[in-house]
Amino acid sequence: MRGSPRSMTVLRPRDAAEAVSLCAEHPSARPLAGGTDYMVLWNMGGLNGQSVLDLSGVQGWRGIRKTVTGLSIGALATHAELRDDPAVRREFPLLAQAASVVGAEQIQNRGTLGGNIANASPAGDTFPALAVYEATVVAVSRKGQRSIPFCEVFAGVKKTNLEPGELISSIELPYLSRRPYRQLYRKVGTRAAMSISKTVAAGLLWLAPERSVRELRFALGSMAPTVRRLKAAEELVKGKRLSPEVAAEACESMRKDVSPIDDVRSTAQYRLHVSQNLLSDFLLG
Amino acid sequence: MIPFTVNGKKRNYQGPAFKRLLDVLREDFGLAGTKEGCGEGECGACTVLLDGKPVTSCLIPVCQVQGRKVETVESLGRPGRLNPLQKSFAEHAGAQCGFCTPGILMTASRLKKTDPEAVRLGLAGHLCRCTGYAHIVESVTKAPRSRKR
Repeated sequence: MRGSPRSMTVLRPRDAAEAVSLCAEHPSARPLAGGTDYMVLWNMGGLNGQSVLDLSGVQGWRGIRKTVTGLSIGALATHAELRDDPAVRREFPLLAQAASVVGAEQIQNRGTLGGNIANASPAGDTFPALAVYEATVVAVSRKGQRSIPFCEVFAGVKKTNLEPGELISSIELPYLSRRPYRQLYRKVGTRAAMSISKTVAAGLLWLAPERSVRELRFALGSMAPTVRRLKAAEELVKGKRLSPEVAAEACESMRKDVSPIDDVRSTAQYRLHVSQNLLSDFLLG
Repeated sequence: MIPFTVNGKKRNYQGPAFKRLLDVLREDFGLAGTKEGCGEGECGACTVLLDGKPVTSCLIPVCQVQGRKVETVESLGRPGRLNPLQKSFAEHAGAQCGFCTPGILMTASRLKKTDPEAVRLGLAGHLCRCTGYAHIVESVTKAPRSRKR
């Protein structure tokens, strides 16, 4: 079976206010941004008869703005925009790197950050970067708007904690107060482009003057139903000098925060092993 | 009605708003140069330019191109009047079965850098099952550079 255009109802709001109203009035309508995930399933015929809320005309949710405290990324900003934006590249390089490995050029030109988050794939390429930058997701509805800490947006595989009638309007990134001593973004997949990751990591490390760890932030995707910060490892290394023993302990603690599985893309054992290698290499430099 | 520009010509599409751009180009406008490969946005065969940027037309409902500019392989050249990039593909055996070629030509026509490594990276969103890519990369790197290829 194929997607049937005639079976679809398309709602096309022209601005944010209309988008929010239509979303409230049509709770079953699926919000659509770049369509890079939705259309794959639609093409296979699995979504016929649905209503779609096409957000592509909402200008107010596009673009990347500087605020006093950081950057405000419009939910409809594309991965290509994130990849190329000078302020994102300078202040949040791990996010720019993540955006540059999403799909390939054609997908980066279409897929949006808001859509990527709303889609809630366990393998979202930008998620580990957004997790270590401690982003906030702004959701709007008829009731007003609320800010959700990034990791709390996700309820499970392909599930968010957004309420019916809520749409993502922007993602807020607070500037880092200190330049990190070391940083990492790494996606491990089967192909240079278009692959879904086996594991995907982002890390930020700050050292105190005497070279003990001031702060570690490390996040993994594809290693649990949702993106995970390695809370145990982050806590464990705090205040310590980074030795092979400390790194080994941190890697050992990884299982407390992730639960990798065997699936078509990889095995739990491989995922854990590679993720531990990434963490170890990151800590030991 | 959904108005947009295709290869410099203003078009008014009348039909279901959720029809894929790929199908509108092929079926409604008779522009069959754009091919459907995987239908999942993985292979790049259906790549066209949307406001000058490569996109996979199998993943775009036509309502999302309202007021925008679409360019297909038919905009590059014609039989007997190929553009330099197309000529280079012919000379360097960049096409075998040819199914992936229209999409690759569209992305290649927008590449800023054309050293072999940049071309391989730039074309990473395209699959070719015939050539092994070497001839494709060579076709792009050896094409004479011009602003509009």
